[in-house]
Amino acid sequence: MIAELGQITLGLAFIAAIYQAIYPLIGVQIADAGAVTQARRAAIIQGALVAFAFVLLTVLHATSDFSVRNVFENSHTAKPYIYKLSGVWGNHEGSMLLWILILSGFGTALALTKNAKDELAARTLAIQGMIAAAFLAFLIFTSNPFDRILPTPLEGRDLNPLLQDPGLAIHPPFLYLGYVGFSIIFAYAVAGLIGGRIDQAWARKVRPWALASWVFLTIGIALGSWWAYYELGWGGFWAWDPVENASFMPWLAGTALIHSVRVLEVRGAFKAWTVLLAIMAFSLSLVGTFLVRSGILTSVHAFAVDPERGVFILAILGVFIGGALTLFAFRGPLLNSSARYELISREGGLLLNNLILVLFCAVVFLGTFYPLIIDVISGARLSVGAPYFNFVLPFFALPLLLAVSFGSVLAWKRGDVGVAWQRIWPASMAGLAMLAIAAWLAKPANISALTGASLAAWVVGAMIVDLAKRMKLFSVTDKQSMARLGALPRSYLGMVIAHMGMAVVVFGVLGAGVWKSEVVASVPIGKTLVIGAYDATLSAVEKVEGPNYVAERALFNISKNGQVRPVMVAERRFYPVRGMQTTEAAVWTMLAGDLYITVGERQPDQGWAVHGYFNPLAWLMWLGAALMALGGVVAMLPGKTTEQHAGRSAMVSNQAASAVIVEGEK
Amino acid sequence: MPRIVFLMPLAVFLVVAIYFAAGLKRDPAVLPSVLIDQPTPQFSLSPIEDYDEGFSTLDLAGQVSLINIFGSWCVACQVEHPLLMKIKEEGGPPIYGVNWNDKPGAGTAWLQRFGDPYERVGDDADGRVAIEFGVSGAPETFVVDKNGRIRYKHTGPISTADWRDLFEPMIKELENEHQDSASDVVSDSSSS
Repeated sequence: MIAELGQITLGLAFIAAIYQAIYPLIGVQIADAGAVTQARRAAIIQGALVAFAFVLLTVLHATSDFSVRNVFENSHTAKPYIYKLSGVWGNHEGSMLLWILILSGFGTALALTKNAKDELAARTLAIQGMIAAAFLAFLIFTSNPFDRILPTPLEGRDLNPLLQDPGLAIHPPFLYLGYVGFSIIFAYAVAGLIGGRIDQAWARKVRPWALASWVFLTIGIALGSWWAYYELGWGGFWAWDPVENASFMPWLAGTALIHSVRVLEVRGAFKAWTVLLAIMAFSLSLVGTFLVRSGILTSVHAFAVDPERGVFILAILGVFIGGALTLFAFRGPLLNSSARYELISREGGLLLNNLILVLFCAVVFLGTFYPLIIDVISGARLSVGAPYFNFVLPFFALPLLLAVSFGSVLAWKRGDVGVAWQRIWPASMAGLAMLAIAAWLAKPANISALTGASLAAWVVGAMIVDLAKRMKLFSVTDKQSMARLGALPRSYLGMVIAHMGMAVVVFGVLGAGVWKSEVVASVPIGKTLVIGAYDATLSAVEKVEGPNYVAERALFNISKNGQVRPVMVAERRFYPVRGMQTTEAAVWTMLAGDLYITVGERQPDQGWAVHGYFNPLAWLMWLGAALMALGGVVAMLPGKTTEQHAGRSAMVSNQAASAVIVEGEK
Repeated sequence: MPRIVFLMPLAVFLVVAIYFAAGLKRDPAVLPSVLIDQPTPQFSLSPIEDYDEGFSTLDLAGQVSLINIFGSWCVACQVEHPLLMKIKEEGGPPIYGVNWNDKPGAGTAWLQRFGDPYERVGDDADGRVAIEFGVSGAPETFVVDKNGRIRYKHTGPISTADWRDLFEPMIKELENEHQDSASDVVSDSSSS
């Protein structure tokens, strides 16, 4: 009964989405005063229906109703309850429903926003409705989560054990919140192009949504990386797997977007470019969805491999990306910015930042799809893999760090290198000090890694120095400094926090990616493996029975210089229902880094294959990501968001010129 | 800025979309289904240690059979193993083993310890045949019909329920199929 109710609910949601897509567009065109209200109502109703459908699917999973194919294929009565719930989105159909839930959720949120009562909002909701209708059709016609099977099986097939992990429970929702959040910005961009108004007011409306999506995506990617680190057991955190790249590319575009939209908001420049980035960020999210669902590239993460679904999503891609870019091709040339700026200025720095990010995005795109291109052209099979990406990464990351430290202290409109240098020269000392420390401690002495560490230290230094100058720290009383801190624009504080976070991530990545030490050996019971400065003695291997798995559990006694440290426990689990194995790495996080041990197969010589790593500073990756997300949140908070120095006068002069489309230019 | 610049994103997208569309047809991930209904890849494997006979494509003609990819290093294979023994005892279809990525002697020792369910075993120490079969992990089992065509691929260990609900009905059906004349088989194999 519940499954049938779910079917009907999805159908009704589809109808609501169609209405939401069509009525407001026409309504605005014929100046129907009710268009905005209708759009908002439709969005709220559609959102409520999708939410109800999601609740119904959750109930089916929670009660292990195996008469529903989706539950049968992904659940098992012995599965822990929490994974019965997270299993709702641990599969193609359910995760697609989650995707749509978030899409409709964003639409509903926009409909409930107080200042969203104009034509722009009506059009934006209509575009959002179109996207929702397309994906609801995809769900209903190719991937129905409420399909029944006859006869009803007694037991389910269990969820992929790799996905039975706390990381899975929270990682996809965040990732989707980011991905799908860009849909609102995309819809805003298209609505703006249709209406012909891309101005500072537009940027002010878009910016919080862009920041929110970016924050979610940042958290989502960090959680995914964390999950790979703990669950996949290969000691790494990022493999440049196509699916990882699929989330990284929208992130790069989104990062460029949150910077350029700021320029548009403050200075009225970068109009066409910002719109293009807005379209790009969501387009890349859609491409990611296509990549994961069509099986066009093989990946450890790939979901349902089904060409028929691939064709459907490709059609959606064609309609939305193709449509938006066509609109951009016609309307884009009419967006003119009157704002002038010199190359050495905040704008110039942000332009550089945007170019680096977008070029890097293109390079990642090429690397990801190169195997496909070659396959289509010549039929040859090859994989690009991590070496390519790791090779190109420094060429973008290093200039970006440089641009961050310099660009963030340049003034709007016209900057002065000398003044900027005066602001941050003390920070360059931090950079040099870090270079010396890293060159002394870090092995291997990799030139780009050393440069990276040095630049990252410079960025942190520059941010602190700049912040201290603005607070007039030490030149006025502490109380006055704190008052000044409170009076600083939120957008500035957010920027400082996020940029420091980025530098902190760089340290973590360098530690766990470049400076890690790694040993592999066959270790019999009682023998010791030396991992960096630590001795790991295999004390016992026990058989353990979990709720839906059996495991071998290896206990390691850890000591350093003869001093005893906590016991570490690594597991290798076998899930009989799926016939799959997973590794549960033993990780001990210390200030200096992570001691990380995984245990493998028993070897012919009676030892166990043990893989030990010492990953210096690995925890900084998670801290840095958290700081970046926090920076985004701070920048989003309501409060003084306008730059007080250069912004105001520029804004006045721009508002006069903000009749965006100059018809005479045609 | 010239108008043409604003057409560039669309042009780039169109090129990408064409590749995506073409890529859907040449999908590397659906390799398994590409192999379905195709003749098995041609191979001839040498015997594992202490065995006299290896395993080659020619062994497969004229009967419904199973090809099982296994390794002594593979725990899941041990889970599946009792079922394979039972199939052999109950006079099920012949099972051919491909000993994948094993050290010399390891496969033999494993079979001596747990029992040998296989009609013949081939040594695929360098994994070449496994690659031809598009194997992604062990164990993997292929159902081959009388004409030497792959009809089904099973990833992971076969459970008792899989065997009862999936394999047995399928094998019964395949045994009722007619064998093509020998010339067909040959021409099929050569064209692949």
